[in-house]
Amino acid sequence: MQEEDTVAENATAEYPIVVEGLVNRFGDQTVHDGLDLTVRRGEILGVVGGSGTGKSVLMRSIIGLQAPAGGDIRVFGRSITDRAPDEVLGVRDRWGVLFQGGALFSTLTVGENVEVPLKQFYGDIDDKLRHEIARYKVMMSGLPEEAVAKFPAELSGGMKKRAGLARALALDPELLFLDEPTAGLDPIGAAAFDRLIAELQETLGLTVFLITHDLDTLHEICDRVAVLADKRVIAVDTVPNLMRLDHPWINEYFNGPRGRAALTAQALDELRRHMDKPVAANAVKVLDNAPQRGA
Amino acid sequence: MNGAASFALVDEADGRVLRLQGPYLLSTVGAVDAHLHDLKGDVAAVDLSQVTAIDTVGAWVAHTLSLRLNGPITGADDRAARLIDAVSAAPMDGVTPSRHLPVWQRVPQRMGELVVEFFAGLLGVLGFLGQIILAAGAIIRHPRRFRGKALVRQMEQVGVSALPIVGLMSFLIGIVIAQQGAVQLAQFGAETLTVNLVGRITLRELGVLMTAIMVAGRSGSAFAAQLGTMKLTEEIDAMRTIGISPIEALVIPRILAAVLVMPLLGFYACVVAIVGGAVIADLSLGIPFQSFLLRIRDVVPTYDLWVGLIKAPVFGLIIALSGCYQGMQVKGNSEEVGMRTTTAVVAAIFMVIVLDAFFAVFFTNVGWG
Repeated sequence: MQEEDTVAENATAEYPIVVEGLVNRFGDQTVHDGLDLTVRRGEILGVVGGSGTGKSVLMRSIIGLQAPAGGDIRVFGRSITDRAPDEVLGVRDRWGVLFQGGALFSTLTVGENVEVPLKQFYGDIDDKLRHEIARYKVMMSGLPEEAVAKFPAELSGGMKKRAGLARALALDPELLFLDEPTAGLDPIGAAAFDRLIAELQETLGLTVFLITHDLDTLHEICDRVAVLADKRVIAVDTVPNLMRLDHPWINEYFNGPRGRAALTAQALDELRRHMDKPVAANAVKVLDNAPQRGA
Repeated sequence: MNGAASFALVDEADGRVLRLQGPYLLSTVGAVDAHLHDLKGDVAAVDLSQVTAIDTVGAWVAHTLSLRLNGPITGADDRAARLIDAVSAAPMDGVTPSRHLPVWQRVPQRMGELVVEFFAGLLGVLGFLGQIILAAGAIIRHPRRFRGKALVRQMEQVGVSALPIVGLMSFLIGIVIAQQGAVQLAQFGAETLTVNLVGRITLRELGVLMTAIMVAGRSGSAFAAQLGTMKLTEEIDAMRTIGISPIEALVIPRILAAVLVMPLLGFYACVVAIVGGAVIADLSLGIPFQSFLLRIRDVVPTYDLWVGLIKAPVFGLIIALSGCYQGMQVKGNSEEVGMRTTTAVVAAIFMVIVLDAFFAVFFTNVGWG
């Protein structure tokens, strides 16, 4: 019995999110039908799918905002599905969620927004430390210090997302949910946001569940990508492996004009990154020396 | 993960060392933070080698301690070093999140704002009225631009769908006036004057006034919320770019609908209230239903009806104007829609009651007492 528990505990540690046989229905329309998905600890999992395939519904189900019609969802080994939305508090302080529009509380400043979860879960932290925590979280999310005292209405779209990210990170979560973080950002802002997520993931050791339409994001920062189609997850794999699969939607998605453009961009990036690494430098040296040796 | 955070000051070869022990996490730091604050004097080092777990909050605490006590951080493992590196970009003292001023500054500031807002609002309403008059002029010159369908739809919303609730309200008001009036008038043996009371008070005042309040609550708020939401979703901007004037397309039909429908609704309310009074008179005063209605014809002068009907369109105008104006002023966030809607209803009801008082004095002075 105890052995089983430890096994379960280990499995939990390895797979923070386990979705089994998820069914979601709205009226007659079935969005998910027997959807399975496991997220590994410490990975950035991208979730893609056409419009209306229920990417956001999947995320809402996992974080307990949408009661599914069937199936089981376990986050950190605890079942989300059989509780009321306001109940599962043992898990809520271990994840952070960034909603599509930021979903900042509009009557509070950015700093106060970050403080809300801190106050909710850790009332014993004194005001000064809480202000400081809010400030460094805001700055970690790539906002200038002044943004702390600004209201959401005074921020641009990209800044709102960063502020939302700061709030999602408020409790030092292990698990981060991002709903289309780069949608509506300009390419430079989107690339910067991608880098920020990758950096934070590495620094804080996060597990990231990332819904996106952005092919660049998929290529750049996702460890694995889950493809939603036909009411379930049809494949979970790295981008290169997915591209080898023979599924019409996946082919269209990754090998379409936009998919190829993103791939080229990534290849160029990769090349540039290696330019200043020793291997590349050695190669350059070898090439430089070659004619002399020949002579 | 278990245990509590603690610390110890240890004297070592190269001086005093602050040694942090146990988990330094968001969940544990709260208890130890106050004590750490009391530490004074420089230390040779802030040692993290006995920290069992750390997150960014712990890293921040260690970082600020190291700066404040002038001791470098030692014994940090990879993760701790990485986290400290990540948080150290933020300055120790800086902008605080709250923007709330202390009371002695906030009260005068708010008062000043209110005064400025009042005059700005006055100007705004005048400007809005001007826009409406211009748009009305344009429609008169180009009658094809008039939105008949929108007008009919709004009349249905403001008028037809209000019939049940206005009817019920008026019926009950008629009952209350007749019943309460009869009790008081009985003291003079003048129960029959209940007919005068019900007839005159509903036709002159209450019928239209209560209808106006109901319409302000139903339709004035709806106008403000609809236009406000359209403003937020940029529908109104979209209309402008297509070349449709939102005043012509949205505001004029609503105002016209309210102005046209209010007299009808008001009259309907009066009739229902009188019927209500007649029912209660029949049941509890012994005045037969038909003779109550016949008496109304004798004791209520026709100008009482006119007093009510003249006021009604003015009230309609005020309600619609207030709703549309507040709706068009929405910008920024969804919270403002709610605030503007409330303002629209409160301002409309207030203005209706103020104007009603003016009308009462005016009509008495012109001999329609």
